[in-house]
Amino acid sequence: MSDFFTATVLFSTLAAGIRLSTPFLFAGLGEMVGQKSGVLNLGVEGVMLLSAFFAYWTALSTGSLWLAVLVGTLVGLLMGVVYGLITVVFHAEQGISGIGIFLFGLGFSDLMFQEKVGTPKFTSKLPSVDIPLLSDIPHVGVAFFQHSAMTYAAFVMVPLVMILLRRTTFGTNVRAAGENPESADSLGVSVARIRFSAIVIGNTLAGVAGTALVLELGIFQPNLTAGRGFIAIALVYFGAWRAPGVMAGALLYGVVEATVITWKALGIIPRSLSDISAMAPAVITIAALVILARRVKPPAALTQPFSRH
Amino acid sequence: MATDTDIPMLEMRGITKRFPGVLANDAVDLTVRSGEVHTLLGENGAGKSTLMKILFGLYQPDEGEIRLNGEAIEVESPSFAIAHGIGMIHQHFMLVPTLTVAENVALGTRSTRWPLTDLPVVSRRVEEISEKFGLAIDPSIEVWKLAVGERQRVEIIKALYRDARLLVLDEPTAVLTPQEVEEFFGILNEMRSTGHGLIFISHKLREVVAISDEITVLRNGRVTGHTTPAESDRHQLATMMVGREVSLAPDRPEIEPGESRLVIRNLVVESDRGTTAVDGLDLDVRAGEIVGIAGVSGNGQRELAEVIAGLRDAETGSSVQINGVEVVGLGARIARDAGLAYVPEERMRDGAIGDFTVSENLVLVDHGSEEFSRRGLLRFGVIRRHSQELVDRFEVKTPGLDTATSTLSGGNIQKLILARELASGPTVLLAAQPTRGVDIGAAEYIHEQIIEQRSGGAAALVVSEDLDELMGIADRIAVMFEGRIMGIVEIEDATREALGLMMAGVHEGSPA
Repeated sequence: MSDFFTATVLFSTLAAGIRLSTPFLFAGLGEMVGQKSGVLNLGVEGVMLLSAFFAYWTALSTGSLWLAVLVGTLVGLLMGVVYGLITVVFHAEQGISGIGIFLFGLGFSDLMFQEKVGTPKFTSKLPSVDIPLLSDIPHVGVAFFQHSAMTYAAFVMVPLVMILLRRTTFGTNVRAAGENPESADSLGVSVARIRFSAIVIGNTLAGVAGTALVLELGIFQPNLTAGRGFIAIALVYFGAWRAPGVMAGALLYGVVEATVITWKALGIIPRSLSDISAMAPAVITIAALVILARRVKPPAALTQPFSRH
Repeated sequence: MATDTDIPMLEMRGITKRFPGVLANDAVDLTVRSGEVHTLLGENGAGKSTLMKILFGLYQPDEGEIRLNGEAIEVESPSFAIAHGIGMIHQHFMLVPTLTVAENVALGTRSTRWPLTDLPVVSRRVEEISEKFGLAIDPSIEVWKLAVGERQRVEIIKALYRDARLLVLDEPTAVLTPQEVEEFFGILNEMRSTGHGLIFISHKLREVVAISDEITVLRNGRVTGHTTPAESDRHQLATMMVGREVSLAPDRPEIEPGESRLVIRNLVVESDRGTTAVDGLDLDVRAGEIVGIAGVSGNGQRELAEVIAGLRDAETGSSVQINGVEVVGLGARIARDAGLAYVPEERMRDGAIGDFTVSENLVLVDHGSEEFSRRGLLRFGVIRRHSQELVDRFEVKTPGLDTATSTLSGGNIQKLILARELASGPTVLLAAQPTRGVDIGAAEYIHEQIIEQRSGGAAALVVSEDLDELMGIADRIAVMFEGRIMGIVEIEDATREALGLMMAGVHEGSPA
């Protein structure tokens, strides 16, 4: 255990935690924007898988990471349009539609992988971008300032999403559509358009999340996300529909995951328990969710399709 | 006062709107002038809301034309209506509780700093409007923190912010105390003097007579009369509205109350949000009397009713006895067995099951009893006979016993619930908002039934936000404010003013 409590190990564990939290942060923020507008998206996992595969395939066949990021993002955007059509235009039940998107993403990414790639091959990974000067600070530099551009971007998204929701007319409309769509409608705000846009933003971020995950690993495999998309949804509740809350949840999850990995490597967790310890992040996050469950209510119109009577 | 009396502000001519199986508006005419309060009077389903939804662009008329300041317009959407100076104050407030006053006001308008919001600019204009019309409000406060009367001011400010010249006010006084109604009428007078046109929708005849310049009466989708307060009194208006003679004050035979049947001591109840909803309440209801619970909604009435009915737990130390039996926290069955009948506020949530048939709902409480089932099997013959008897006796208008209950009108659903509850001969009757959303005819009947129970020796507790209703049927009125009884007055001594002050939290006798 004493091996763990050295500055080097602690800070590198923190660095890994921050890196691991990146996909959760993107997906969680995206899910939050959608929920704020009144639409629950249970399909995050599926969108992440699709984006992850197409980003990976692009990187594999072109060698360009930037093109991979672009493709992964666009796949998310496209899935946003699809989900928007299903839920906003056709008023389908959101829970079931989301599960449908998940199953489609799971199956289709697997199928495409078997057809187009077959045996797993490594692509190049996202390079780490060292922030000048700051990255040279002992320990702290490793933990905070030697990450990929995707990780920095995820944390920059936090204030951006806050500004979007709190300080823009679009954000005000999103919150109105999620709390009282009749009210927004009576003032000439198109609830359909607002929700559609929020869904597209949310799914695009889910796509980015899948892309960040796969390019961090440099390899794709079926069901690569392994439930991360669902955890991201839980993080929205954990974070009480606030961007900093979602960030705290994402970091908690990432750091716990990194700690488990480190402990395994150091032999603190015996091999025989490694399967059980893999559950730790999920269990701890759920426990925190239950304990910290504040009396914060979800957007009042969440999951309710809107139409004039 | 009026600037241009020749051309009316609004003319709706020959408006007809059909829905499948219903003629909601049948060649309706309505003319509103600038600087006028024009009341649309009619029962639920008379076509007032449909007409106003057409004016506001929520529905398109099948026939007829709308002229605004002499110019024919086609109101294709709410945005169009707003852009043309038509504002609507909806009965159920169209506010987003989690947004601030300024955010609510600015919603859907152009921001001067787009894509960012310009809340300081909005707030300044809100303050200007507040000052001009006497609508005091803090623009930076979140709407959920506001009292009902204040929320209504936000709604009015929203309309005035959009430069509405013609305002539709859909039952705006339903949620206000008598004093708040007075204030509200002051605001209307202010708007009238600035040349706004006001359409006032209400079925509270006292208020209609007090504020209107013109009155148009609707019944079954048609205009059945046009009058002014000078020409018609409340009684005549009620007759025009219902289409037959109605008695506004039901007969209440004098009887001496007997022993206490419902005894409430030190009742403390938490609300769903974890705040104290009922805060140490004591109350006795005796045999042969009707006690009315008055108060602005949200002062613990709902929680009080739910505890008595066994649907909600109370804090330890609370006591509710029905005919001497303690019922707190023991569930609805114990309360019913002790002699309680319950007519709940949310009639489609707590009172009846919409997808069930009339007959099923009529035995919903007793379907497990020996009378209606044998060895777990329902006795359909007995149930049908019993249901038919109740439907006839309580004048429930239904196509048949197997009709889905949700297809009946509000008044008939309420009669059905009343029929089931009164069939067992209760000794304690608890009725919450028994006539809300019910037409005058059915309301009259429901009142008669409650009075009949009371005269037959039952103890009745009636919770209502309609002071006129309580003043018509109750023997005593208790006013609830913030979970406590502010005071109890005998009906002979009850005045609207005194009750209104108590509803606003001012103690009897203390300086206002």
